[in-house]
Amino acid sequence: MSALPTAEELKAQIEAAVSGAVVTVIPNGSLSAQHSLLLDHEHARAVALFLRDHPDLRLDYCSLVTGVDWLDTELTEKIKVKKMVAGPDGAETEQEVEETRKTKVPGYLEAVYHLFSMEKKHGPVVLRLRTANRTDRTRVPSLTPVWRSCEFQEREAFDLYGIVFDGHPDLRRILMWEGFEDYPMRKDYVPPADDILMEARP
Amino acid sequence: MEQNLKDLKLELSKNGIFTTTLEELYNWGRRNSVWPLTFGLACCAIEMIATTMARYDLARFGAEVFRASPRQADLIIVSGTVTKKMAPQVVRLYNQMPEPKYVIAMGACAISGGPFRDGYNVLKGIDRYIPVDVHIPGCPPRPEALIHAFMTLQKKLDEQTLRGESRPRHLHADEPSEFPVPEFGAHGLEPAQNDDVFLNETGNPLRILQ
Amino acid sequence: MTTVAELERRVEAGEDGLGDILEVSMGPHHPSTHGVFRMDVRLEGEKVVRLKPVFGYLHRNHEKIAEHGAYLHAIPYTDRLDYLCSMTNNWGYVLAVEKLAGIPVPERAEYIRVIVAELTRFQNHAGLVGFLLQDMGASGTPLMYAFREREKILDLFESLSGARMMCNYLRFGGLRVDCTPAWLEEARQLIARLPRFVDEFEALLRANEILMARTQGTGVLPRELAINAGVTGPMLRASGVNYDIRKVDHYGIYDRFEFRVPLGDHGDVYDRYMMRILEMRETVKILEQALRGIPSGPIMDPKTRLRGLRPKPGEAYGRIEAPKGELGFFLISDGSMNPYRYRVRPPSMINLTILEDMCLGHNVADVVVILGSVDIVLGEVDR
Repeated sequence: MSALPTAEELKAQIEAAVSGAVVTVIPNGSLSAQHSLLLDHEHARAVALFLRDHPDLRLDYCSLVTGVDWLDTELTEKIKVKKMVAGPDGAETEQEVEETRKTKVPGYLEAVYHLFSMEKKHGPVVLRLRTANRTDRTRVPSLTPVWRSCEFQEREAFDLYGIVFDGHPDLRRILMWEGFEDYPMRKDYVPPADDILMEARP
Repeated sequence: MEQNLKDLKLELSKNGIFTTTLEELYNWGRRNSVWPLTFGLACCAIEMIATTMARYDLARFGAEVFRASPRQADLIIVSGTVTKKMAPQVVRLYNQMPEPKYVIAMGACAISGGPFRDGYNVLKGIDRYIPVDVHIPGCPPRPEALIHAFMTLQKKLDEQTLRGESRPRHLHADEPSEFPVPEFGAHGLEPAQNDDVFLNETGNPLRILQ
Repeated sequence: MTTVAELERRVEAGEDGLGDILEVSMGPHHPSTHGVFRMDVRLEGEKVVRLKPVFGYLHRNHEKIAEHGAYLHAIPYTDRLDYLCSMTNNWGYVLAVEKLAGIPVPERAEYIRVIVAELTRFQNHAGLVGFLLQDMGASGTPLMYAFREREKILDLFESLSGARMMCNYLRFGGLRVDCTPAWLEEARQLIARLPRFVDEFEALLRANEILMARTQGTGVLPRELAINAGVTGPMLRASGVNYDIRKVDHYGIYDRFEFRVPLGDHGDVYDRYMMRILEMRETVKILEQALRGIPSGPIMDPKTRLRGLRPKPGEAYGRIEAPKGELGFFLISDGSMNPYRYRVRPPSMINLTILEDMCLGHNVADVVVILGSVDIVLGEVDR
């Protein structure tokens, strides 16, 4: 396998080639060290074309498209604030008090792309596209016009997670039937209660 | 009396005279020529194919050919997981089979949903919509288990009479031979099960707890 | 090759010579669709004008079940993905977990993994040729030959792992149980007889007129389209692309074995059929070398945690060259006992992306032959 640039080098190359592109490196904590690049929606397709057609990279094969659901989380932090606190003798003094502040971090849906090169036999390069939130702004650009292998997999991410891919030639449900209304792979999906407990007759 | 009849039959047959009853003849014809439908859903289908291959030949039990059209088949071996997307098709195929028809639920998935029971798309057993004659446990059951199930079905057919309570279903005037097909709903199938079939005391060896 | 849009325009324009339009739904219950697979085909006379695959009839939400259980609990479910090849499915998954958590594998375990994986590949390719010929009308005889050898291989699997098909044999860091010298001897005797089977199989079919007339020139897949559509496995190599993950990723100990990667010239159904025969021969070569070189030793590091495995938060993508293509597993761990995201890259589903392109302009009878050469298993397509 020929040497693939590291994630930081790739970020620099992309930002130099596609003007206006915003690329963030997301580190990977596991031992596989496959770091990923988070792309912005506007320039995602231009970046994808650059990665596919650049003579040194030639990432012509998109192997996998995954949908991931990150739920809304709550960030709890302890901060010190100055407040007027009543002392034991009734007089109020200014003191530093520790308070817990909870902030809601909105969740999002994510599409993760794994790219390889059949020509140069290197890879993977991992791209990520994130939606704004999980409820009403769930659109990301589709990379099917760049790599045809994303066609069915993006449909599956739409079917099971509800991520809407702009520019997909045929976005409809693929595994569940037309008329099914839920997004089953989301973490907060509740299946219908049709389980019936039975026992063997004596 | 029964034993005398049997001895008499044996003596006569040794001399070249065969006697039988109409019931036995009727059942003999039915049990020895059960032709299954080519219907495989998942992994159990591969074991079903292996049962028809050279090592565990199923043809010697009467299942000479597997017919592709339900109009020409007697037996549907539901082998593999029945998903909610596929369930209406299974019921339609069963409805299209002419009487007398039998169902073997092969594998844990067809009996109750099996290892995939927790799934949102998995039907928890095909006996929610159609009556099942023989259940084969296993994941997947060995080819010998399918042969044993076939022989069990043949024994069940032998015990049926032409008149009286233990008539086969197609000789009862008011027993249905077609069952309603479920529809795709927004969150699952509607109805979730067919109560006439699923809660039927005589057909179902299981009892509802809640 | 005319495009869909061009043909539809001609149909709408009511051109002369075009017959009636017929919409046929082939499946989900069909003798030749390899499972519960449906194709909505629009025919003009007998020529295919449009073909849309519809699947999901076997969607058993394997990914959701794996996300609810621990890492170890997903292994029996991976058996049921591509239910003909359970050993290689296991290997794809344990490779991904080993990448995620950094678990080493002892040498003897690697050798045994190669032996069972190549036996799996052999019986898969033999079965595929059998099923393809059955779809063409050979009515079961090549399938009987293929299943005769498959039964012998399944006997080996049963004595090794306890089950014929759903073996559940590989674990992260090694194997579940070691093989005995008697098993290795039986394997040697079986593998010594396999080349003669491949020769017999090929000789009976090679010059068959019906096979050649129906498959040569049918379903051609051009090279660039194959790469762009993510096609992998023997189908890709039949179109002339040299990409075999055993040679590219150097996973396991495949570097130690000498084997060639056969490539096709035309990318039609005949090339794909020949690919399987040639790969069966290369598989036998690998098996002979592996059986000669297998060392003694442990099959798993005793310190490996199987049950309470909690990998560090992060993600990993592990892939192998399964008999059908690139089988990959993408795992995201959040530090707990269950994977946060478990995703399977199904080669059969992605190879179906260009089914429509390959079938356009052909007769409806060719659709069955082309689908047979794609080698799909619905357990993997739908998961």
